[in-house]
Amino acid sequence: MLKQTLAVTAMNLKAIPQRLGTSSVIVIGIAGVVAVLVSVLAMAAGFHQTVANSGRDDRALVLRGGSQAEINSVIPRDSVQTILDAPGVRKTAQGKPIGCGEVVTIVNLPRIKDDNDSNVTLRGSCEQLQTLRPEIRLVQGRMFKPAVRELIAGAGAAQQFKGLTLGGQLHFRDSDWTVVGIFTSNGDAHESDLMADVDTVQSAFRRTGFQSVTALLESPARFDAFKDALTTNPTLTVDVRREREYYADQSKQLTKLLNFVAYFVGGIMAIGAMFGALNTMYSAVSARSREIATLRALGFGSTPVVLSVFAESLLLALAGAAIGAALAWLFFNGNAVSTLGRNFSQVVFRLTVTPELMLAGVWLGLFIGLLGGLFPALRAARLPIVDALRAS
Amino acid sequence: MNDIVTLQGVAKRYTRGKETVEVLHSLDLTIPQGDFVALMGPSGSGKTTLLNLIGGLDQPSDGEVRVAGERIDGLSGAALARWRARHVGFIFQFYNLMPTLSAQANVELPLLLTPLSKAQRRQNAQIALQIVGLADRAKHKPSELSGGQQQRVAIARALVADPTLLVCDEPTGDLDRKTADEVLSLLQTLNREHGKTIVMVTHDPKAAEYAQRQLHMDKGTLVPGNVP
Repeated sequence: MLKQTLAVTAMNLKAIPQRLGTSSVIVIGIAGVVAVLVSVLAMAAGFHQTVANSGRDDRALVLRGGSQAEINSVIPRDSVQTILDAPGVRKTAQGKPIGCGEVVTIVNLPRIKDDNDSNVTLRGSCEQLQTLRPEIRLVQGRMFKPAVRELIAGAGAAQQFKGLTLGGQLHFRDSDWTVVGIFTSNGDAHESDLMADVDTVQSAFRRTGFQSVTALLESPARFDAFKDALTTNPTLTVDVRREREYYADQSKQLTKLLNFVAYFVGGIMAIGAMFGALNTMYSAVSARSREIATLRALGFGSTPVVLSVFAESLLLALAGAAIGAALAWLFFNGNAVSTLGRNFSQVVFRLTVTPELMLAGVWLGLFIGLLGGLFPALRAARLPIVDALRAS
Repeated sequence: MNDIVTLQGVAKRYTRGKETVEVLHSLDLTIPQGDFVALMGPSGSGKTTLLNLIGGLDQPSDGEVRVAGERIDGLSGAALARWRARHVGFIFQFYNLMPTLSAQANVELPLLLTPLSKAQRRQNAQIALQIVGLADRAKHKPSELSGGQQQRVAIARALVADPTLLVCDEPTGDLDRKTADEVLSLLQTLNREHGKTIVMVTHDPKAAEYAQRQLHMDKGTLVPGNVP
């Protein structure tokens, strides 16, 4: 059986160059499907990786009760100290709680690629910024100073928006701001932000309150004590969440949407590619009906014939899937893009074509090839020998 | 002499839509071992249908078909395929060679259904190509061979597994006279010198003269006087 299958398959494959046009329908169709699917999923994976990986378990984010995001939360100034004095908050050697009341606002900056204005988060943070968020590392320049209109820009934002270079001048809220540093933040969502001194931002944007309070905890296990102390305090109406969970939730919707787009668009394309494969394999079987009948007349069983049609279909599908996955990787892996994310501002993230995504694309391609080969293979097996021998 | 082919009361009917057409009517026939029979008759007389029944490519609607000592009517498709591989060598009008394979590989095809080793398969295929006078064309693809040469490769393929019976459907129908004579002489040699039993369908009276016996068919029956 194996000998027969290999012989018939080898014959089919050798004949592919003679049917290059029809065979390429499978390869190109499946390459397109896999490239689209892998690219969109890479977008979802990149976005998820950027946003969901933001935050730590031992940092807590405090928002006004019922607020879904920082942008629509307000924490009054007098609440900030109460929050930071709660049990569980880590203290500096001097006994000062590590945490910041932060102001989050949106500014408009033109995108480098098309000059269109986009929303970018400007975060006013305190002098403890780097103690609170040790992942923030300045790769160029220096930290902003209090009481002057200086800001540092995330490396992701600097790649996407104009003016975010060292010494760059930005104009918003009737005043000029100077870019004094570029920072990285382990590739998380903060790399899309601009950061400046909280008091300076408050005065420039005429704010009195804060949007959130972020506190560093003594350990992840101390979260419950911290949360309980705040939620049972009658002077506060706040929601307390682990920072990691907050960002994971923020990414959920868009990740869901991107996954839906990937599977919906990919699914429709996959159906199209499957019909392409079906057509190609039907014409392959039809073109070879006399050869198949001759083999059957010589005594070859129908199973090797069926398997050989499958093998041809799968091999073409594999070629298409490999090309599609390679194209997605070549053109999109590591590409920085931005989209409207948390706080109605742009989140910059990198498309991540992981080996798992490429493998998923290859499996999808093989599945299309399998379905596309099924009916033609059955037709090949059921071909009446006597009639097919007379086929011209 | 043993009978290789015995048909008793064989009928074949086809259904086309609501209509049933009987193309063979209660046919009896015996072909002894070592015979070379030419089946002749006008188009539609049923000679190819009869050949297909003898070769195990088709099943009768009624009657008994016994070939090479085995009753083959009623065998399953898979069993019939195995039976054909053991007992029948086919030669077709249009050669039916695999275009992507060399002459040698085409001849080796039936041997893939045997337990022979690769080296043995190669050796047997070379011998079969020598018998048909094409040992020097072993590596050529069918497209690089003339019609006569292609048919001789097909004959080598039919011979290579040493079948009980050679079944030829218009083997010279696509060849010019001179080449046809060469192919028919080869079949005659296989019959006379190698003792091969051959059943050949042909329209060509000159081709039929190479056979030991001529059977004439008309309207689904053998014309009396020709049946032994």
